[in-house]
Amino acid sequence: MLSVALIPLLPLLAVLVNGIFGRKYLKESSHYFAVGSVAISFVLSVSLLVRTLSGEPPITVTLYSWIFGGGFDVHIGFLIDPLSSVMLMVVTGVGLLIHIYSVGYMHGDEGYYRFFTYLNLFMVSMLLLVMGDNYLVLFIGWEGVGLCSYLLIAFWFEKESATKAGTKAFVVNRIGDAGFLIAIFLIAQQFGTLNYVEVFERAHELSTGMATAIALCLFIGAVGKSAQLPLYTWLPDAMEGPTPVSALIHAATMVTAGVYMVVRNHAIYDLAPIAMTVVAVTGGATAIFAATIGLVQTDIKRVLAYSTVSQLGYMFLGCGVGAYAAAIFHLVTHAFFKALLFLGSGSVIHALGGEQDIRKMGGLKAEIPVTALTFLIGTIAIAGLPPLAGFWSKDEILGMAFKGGHQALWLVGMTGAFLTSFYMFRLFYLTFAGTTRMAPEVAHHVHESPAVMTIPLAILAGLSLLGGLLLGFPPEGGWLHAFLAPVVAGEAGEAHEGFGQLDLALMAASVGIALAGWWTAYTMYVRKPELAPSLAARFQGAYTLLLNKYWVDELYDALFVEPSKQLGRAWGWFDRVVVDGLVNGVGRMTAGSAWLSSWIEKHVIYAFLNVIGYGNHLGAAVFRRLQTGYVHHYAVILIVGLFLMVSFFVWWQGGSVGRLLVLR
Amino acid sequence: MTGSGGADTDVITLTHYLVVSTVLFAIGLIGVLIRRNFIIVLMSIEIMLNAANLNLVAFSHYLDSLTGQIVALFVIAIAAGEAAVGLAIIVVIFRGKLATNVDQINLLKW
Repeated sequence: MLSVALIPLLPLLAVLVNGIFGRKYLKESSHYFAVGSVAISFVLSVSLLVRTLSGEPPITVTLYSWIFGGGFDVHIGFLIDPLSSVMLMVVTGVGLLIHIYSVGYMHGDEGYYRFFTYLNLFMVSMLLLVMGDNYLVLFIGWEGVGLCSYLLIAFWFEKESATKAGTKAFVVNRIGDAGFLIAIFLIAQQFGTLNYVEVFERAHELSTGMATAIALCLFIGAVGKSAQLPLYTWLPDAMEGPTPVSALIHAATMVTAGVYMVVRNHAIYDLAPIAMTVVAVTGGATAIFAATIGLVQTDIKRVLAYSTVSQLGYMFLGCGVGAYAAAIFHLVTHAFFKALLFLGSGSVIHALGGEQDIRKMGGLKAEIPVTALTFLIGTIAIAGLPPLAGFWSKDEILGMAFKGGHQALWLVGMTGAFLTSFYMFRLFYLTFAGTTRMAPEVAHHVHESPAVMTIPLAILAGLSLLGGLLLGFPPEGGWLHAFLAPVVAGEAGEAHEGFGQLDLALMAASVGIALAGWWTAYTMYVRKPELAPSLAARFQGAYTLLLNKYWVDELYDALFVEPSKQLGRAWGWFDRVVVDGLVNGVGRMTAGSAWLSSWIEKHVIYAFLNVIGYGNHLGAAVFRRLQTGYVHHYAVILIVGLFLMVSFFVWWQGGSVGRLLVLR
Repeated sequence: MTGSGGADTDVITLTHYLVVSTVLFAIGLIGVLIRRNFIIVLMSIEIMLNAANLNLVAFSHYLDSLTGQIVALFVIAIAAGEAAVGLAIIVVIFRGKLATNVDQINLLKW
């Protein structure tokens, strides 16, 4: 089907157009192609969603055979089933809004065309990732989004911190990618194919050990891409990129690729209970770990970044307890409200001319009301208050965890939910409420963002308000679950027992904990602002620990980065001294033999040739005397020669002229 | 000396022709070698050529073959051409160096 192929191809076309003509010709009009192509992809995705909704079987589109032979065939092909349809909607829908927002946010930037080229390239890769019908296409997309993430984090490459953050993201992702690659190799070795449908059909043939190995290796990939413990450190640094990038790549889409991948492979995870436990525990641990760091951060985008890490932890927690549909549900709602929050923070940063420190904000509610209102909606949504989007999805994950017998994880999740509610309201109050702490010259220029930025905010706010209800009500039996059922209907934890007392109690607990978080934040930052510093002073140790992010970065530096650098230096020495020494030695030998050969040429061959030349010269000095110039000398020589020739001829024939005549 | 063919009854035999031809050739040769004047040298060359012609015609008659006479005609034509070219060269040299003797012209020595 052409429309399926067009979804990734159109943004690719825009990449080519902007990449080739952007710098010289398109410049400030690069966004027409970029936004246009994504808009068309969005429309095509909607049409595919409608088609899938009507109950048609999954579509497989094969573009061409890539690797072919030896019984191992890989096609460039797309699979459109409910799961990829949902992902397509998130990627193209949120992507479209963020593209539109970027038109305003990036306006006047020197790399405007470059930004849209990268952003579209990201769309292409992400679409390949969610649409691919086999692991290799998934891997292409996986690496493509990693590359774009690197390019966009380091977008302002004049800033050293940005390039370092980009490199960090790329390198940390490589660790995960290595695990992912091993998983792909294992799958290829076990099944002889990389096609999803074939692999999942025969997944039950796997031994538990092999299933666990594959699942864990896949999860290593997911941990890298989705910023889970222990590979989450790149994501907060990734906030060096432009804010729309943070919203699109580092909140809404790319970082959720790991969740998508785990859900896509649930057939394998269902066979590996140990791997499931690892996923759930990692998710839960990350959720609470990142949330605690988020409590004390002062950079508006970093708070959101740790919040993203934490929310991704919830998604993996959901995956780990077998609540795949709930994980995808949370992925979708998170895409709505986290994109909204990031774009809102971008709007704040835009209004304040680049200020990101929330200690220097405050009281912005009146200055930028649209941003403040939409940001408040996003905050409530993520904090988990009904009926906004985040409540339904998060509560569902926690409920599934509790009912699946993972009470400890439920408790961790609840604690994380409290922290989430607290740090998000803290962020909101510090930014928008109270009195301003802005520098006067900054306060002077504060202005609401243009419509091209606020309209996407409004749309996302609408989705954050209603998306949860529309997609996931009633809990565990909502529209999204019914839609995803054909894909994720698994054995573990999907048993649906209807909505009971227990669910109601869990919901009440969720709401209570969210309200508690809100109340705490309200107390500490609005009612009694003096409380926060005094608490920080009282729990000095804990506060410092959190402020320094548990010194994980420093730990990694000491454990991995520095040894790597040392190793690099050692090998550098080896290269310079040994390898270069060998090369230089060979070079010197060549130079020496060349010198020898030139010496022989000069002193032997030339001498020989000179002797010949001189001999010729001497001979010529004798024989040229014959050349007198007098005609009669020549005539005499001629006649004498003639006489000698005739005489010889006659003698040779037998002695007389008469004989000659007789012979004739 | 007797030969075959129609020359048997002739009073003047092949030998006579050959003798005359040899004498002519010798005169021409000596002329080329000892005379200095361009014109005389050229004339002596013509004499040698005609000695050869006489030889050719005599043998032609003696052997009953027309080939020799035809070759003689070619020689005459070439002699005419040679005389023309030779005279032209002489005229040019005379104009350039005011010389009429061959030993005054020795530019082409080593």
